[in-house]
Amino acid sequence: MLDNFFLRALIGCVGITLAAGPLGCIVVWQRMAYFGDTIAHSALLGVAVAFIFRINMTLSVFIVMFMLVVILLLLQRRQSLSSDSLLGILSHSSLAISLTILSFLPWVRQDLSVYLFGDILSISKLDLLFIWAGGITALLTLIRLWQPLIAATISTDLAQAEGLSPERAKIAFMLLLALIIAIAMKIVGILLITALLILPAATARRLSKTPEQMAVLSAVLGALSAISGLYLSAIADTPSGPSVVVAGFVMFLVSLLPFSQIKKIGQMIKS
Amino acid sequence: MTASQSLVSLCKAGVKRNGRWLVRNINLDIMRGEIITLIGSNGSGKTSTAKMVLGILSPTEGKIKQDPNIKIGYVPQKLNIDHALPLSVARMMELTEPIGHDAAGQALAEVGMLHMRNAEISTLSGGELQRILLARARARKPDLLVLDEPMQGIDFSAKDAFYCLISAYRDRLNCGILLISHDLHIVMPISDRVLCLNGHICYSGKLQDIATS
Repeated sequence: MLDNFFLRALIGCVGITLAAGPLGCIVVWQRMAYFGDTIAHSALLGVAVAFIFRINMTLSVFIVMFMLVVILLLLQRRQSLSSDSLLGILSHSSLAISLTILSFLPWVRQDLSVYLFGDILSISKLDLLFIWAGGITALLTLIRLWQPLIAATISTDLAQAEGLSPERAKIAFMLLLALIIAIAMKIVGILLITALLILPAATARRLSKTPEQMAVLSAVLGALSAISGLYLSAIADTPSGPSVVVAGFVMFLVSLLPFSQIKKIGQMIKS
Repeated sequence: MTASQSLVSLCKAGVKRNGRWLVRNINLDIMRGEIITLIGSNGSGKTSTAKMVLGILSPTEGKIKQDPNIKIGYVPQKLNIDHALPLSVARMMELTEPIGHDAAGQALAEVGMLHMRNAEISTLSGGELQRILLARARARKPDLLVLDEPMQGIDFSAKDAFYCLISAYRDRLNCGILLISHDLHIVMPISDRVLCLNGHICYSGKLQDIATS
């Protein structure tokens, strides 16, 4: 069954989005979108490292992101620059360094777009295992971090005073994000990963009353955009990663429609 | 009064950040059933002192001893209420731990906010939010309640009732209460002790004494 590449892509993509949705909610609440972009960009450095040392790519990408998180935390301690500027520095420097390194490896340059935008054909059975094992691990860890992360969104001081260790939870969350990005990279590529995190969460916002509802809903919406996006790409022969993101964006636009007013107009037309 | 009975005890504690002492030489023991008020002007170290008591700031010099089993309820001065986070009042009540429907309802009723139970937090006014925060901290049944400027946005006419409520919490929960306020006139009647800060403790005493001095 898994010999069909489209089915593999579907299962892999749904697995990623189910985990990315709830994680994306935290990204939206804690305003970490730029952080997500930054570690995603540093993934290309992981790709370069993997080619140089001939090691497993997912592993090297995760290690590079891990180091980036550590560097970021150390720089933030010094408090001389805002996080925003620090992220800008790290994001584009790591991108530039990796492009420079990759220029010495001419055979990689041709497939660069695979890493930037993802490639559905490249998903193997082993990747599926990685995706689902990683996704489930991420979700289970997120459930344990949930309470402190929500409390820290409202007030870090309050969370800490009432014994929840918000700093530890936030660092653990950053690493979870790195894990998900490392395994999602093959599907949507490093330039579009943040969209998978943010779009479903933003769409779910208008439809939910509690943080928990929003997390579940964004997982479902993410999976829906994965399925519809992949079918779109199969029918219209469009690139898979961007198609999934476009499907997510369309859902977001639909969620912006003033449904209650449309209902009223509909009733007026009927009567 | 020995140190072993106190909930939190600061001994010659001080905090230094970026080469500046925020506060120094603080001696403070907080007991059960006691309301202590910290007063002082801006930058006098009220909030820094409270944050040491809460374990948010660790002292650069001196010592802090917190009862290891202590349960704290905290009403901070500032919150980040972001519209991206859907949060009802009922969910807010269980922000740091599950409270239970009845206990949450009772605490909300005490501050007159039970009818707002299903309201979204981001739609509340400052005073309403302040009441909810107080109810939330109280519903945890804390050993120590720390309130940083709890009167923000509360109508002048409601302030007396609000202080009576805080005083009632002390009796019902047998907890220690640390109150940070600049509103000395109304705070005074319910405080057992008043600490006046100005980078250090410049006055500490019972309220009768401060009235005479």
